[in-house]
Amino acid sequence: MSDTQPRIAFEQSADGLHARLLGLWTAENLAEPEHWDALHSALGKLSKEWRNWQWDLRSMDRMDHLGAQLLWNAWCRQWPDHLQIHPGQRAMLERVAQFSSVLLPRRPQTAWGMFLRLGAVVARVEEHVVGAVRLLGQLLLDAIKLARAPRAGPWRDVSGHLYGVGATALPITALVGFLIGVVLAYLMMQQLRQFGADAFIVNILGVALIRELGPVLAAILIAGRSGSAITAQIGVMRVTEELDAMKVMGIPEGFRLVLPRAIAMAVAMPLLAVWTTLAALLGGMLASDLVMGLTPAYFVTALAKAVQVSNLWLAVGKSTVFGLMIALIGCHYGLRIKPNTQSLGEGTTASVVTSITMVILVDALFAVVFKDVGI
Amino acid sequence: MSPHAPPSHGSLSPEGADLSWDGPAADRRSAVVEIRNLWSGFRAGGVETLIHKDLNLSIAQGELLSIVGGSGSGKTVLLRQILGLETPMRGSITVLGRPAEELTRAGAASRVGMLFQHGALYSAFTVLENIAFPLRELKVLPEDLVRDAVMVKLQMVGLDPAHALKMPADLSGGMIKRVALARALIMDPPLLLLDEPTAGLDPDRADAFCALVRSLHQELGLTVVMVTHDLDTIYEISTRVAVVADKHVIVDAPPREVIAFDHPFVREFFLGGRGLRAMELLRLHPQDV
Repeated sequence: MSDTQPRIAFEQSADGLHARLLGLWTAENLAEPEHWDALHSALGKLSKEWRNWQWDLRSMDRMDHLGAQLLWNAWCRQWPDHLQIHPGQRAMLERVAQFSSVLLPRRPQTAWGMFLRLGAVVARVEEHVVGAVRLLGQLLLDAIKLARAPRAGPWRDVSGHLYGVGATALPITALVGFLIGVVLAYLMMQQLRQFGADAFIVNILGVALIRELGPVLAAILIAGRSGSAITAQIGVMRVTEELDAMKVMGIPEGFRLVLPRAIAMAVAMPLLAVWTTLAALLGGMLASDLVMGLTPAYFVTALAKAVQVSNLWLAVGKSTVFGLMIALIGCHYGLRIKPNTQSLGEGTTASVVTSITMVILVDALFAVVFKDVGI
Repeated sequence: MSPHAPPSHGSLSPEGADLSWDGPAADRRSAVVEIRNLWSGFRAGGVETLIHKDLNLSIAQGELLSIVGGSGSGKTVLLRQILGLETPMRGSITVLGRPAEELTRAGAASRVGMLFQHGALYSAFTVLENIAFPLRELKVLPEDLVRDAVMVKLQMVGLDPAHALKMPADLSGGMIKRVALARALIMDPPLLLLDEPTAGLDPDRADAFCALVRSLHQELGLTVVMVTHDLDTIYEISTRVAVVADKHVIVDAPPREVIAFDHPFVREFFLGGRGLRAMELLRLHPQDV
């Protein structure tokens, strides 16, 4: 047993049982697992007679508020009848006694409370919908304002975001697109070979990549990459009161923050979709050449015959919608962030999840509505 | 370890670190913080800037020391170095008999408490969780004991128990400082560091905060080191003032002696317009110093 171990030494004498407290009764020392276990069981075994014992705290090395709290709780929050104590220790115990009588308010779990919480969820959904509609409406008004006075537009911001969203995303989208093209080509070739329909790989890759996979792949990548960045940027501006500073200067946040991001995304997204599609087609073309001996020249000429141009227009149109949507969702969550770090993390996560889900949802909608176009 | 440092006893409870029962007694004045020949600086844009040059300072047990200096004189850097958050270029800092670099190791909360300028409360936690954080991290103490200990500290710094479940974002500036102080004190460290404790508080709350620091200093026998610009705070609670200028401590004495010291910075700081107004208060309430 070490010298500093917090402990109680009992001695029987003529005037009753003496309980002498020894060792270091400080938070750090009490929290040593073996010290805690020994002391906790010793305190738990205090008999009902403790009030009549002769308590002596003077031989303790040191006691802090946590030690005093522990002792006070062991005494059932009452003073023992016989206590020998230093004035400093008494002051500490008195402070603990004075302040630890309070109970925290507890909120009981009731049916009414659960009903209210359900209501809060509904109200939050409504708030999201109203916020989204307001954001969209504001974007429309800002677009009209921009169309009337194009020279007053935030063009520097647009160009900056265009670079951030578009140009810097080129390598990653190309890499992912290329690999998906290779994977898809290999997968299809296995199946097509069974039917002796090798040449149809061009049709399948062409339609699937140009019409669906290229735009969706690019949109999902950009939603994760730039959607989160938009939310985090605007959210940090809220945390550091930059949004308030803008408002005080009379600069509308819709026009300066949302509009440039929406324009940049709406422009960059179709270009990135085409770029990703090209990379994927390149991957598919190389894989077909290596495995099946379909020459690139044949691939290119067959592609032009197999895929109608309307597919490309559909892909570009779809991507513009995806871009706008990602920008708006990013801004929506960014502007709702409260000035604390927890909210920033939650907002960014929600923004990415929502925009990826919405991209796939809207893509399905496009597939249904334009089922007769280009196929 | 520097040869000037007091002997270390292996554990972090040498005489200097003791919370003595009789408060800060005169015969127990061993050094809690010992700064010897400190050089520090930083490099920005290829230019090396020296902040401290041969700085010496010794802070004794039970003192309430204010560190004063112009903007950019490296007061906050000094505080961060005492905490072991930054390493000096040269020289030694000994805190509670150990080199300062060792301070940030596990269990630091029981050795030193720090009140950051903006509170630095964990914004994802409630007030209760913020104050309980160092205790809960020990992973041994039961939840009800921790909660009791938090409620005691919360009320010791003058906050209502009803605030325990609030989030830091819902608190006013003065309340944030009080919660941060309660968190700094939860493990009853013998040394308390304060960075601009009254900045951002209205005079009323600044006074209340000063009174709180002074009463905690007396009740708990704390050694308090604070960095401040606020002359009222300096006069009202510090037992000693260390003036940092020309890259070192130019004078280190009780407030009245510091005012009498002949140095351009001291004259400007204490005897300028603001200084004289604060002196007026000193004359009105001489018993406070």
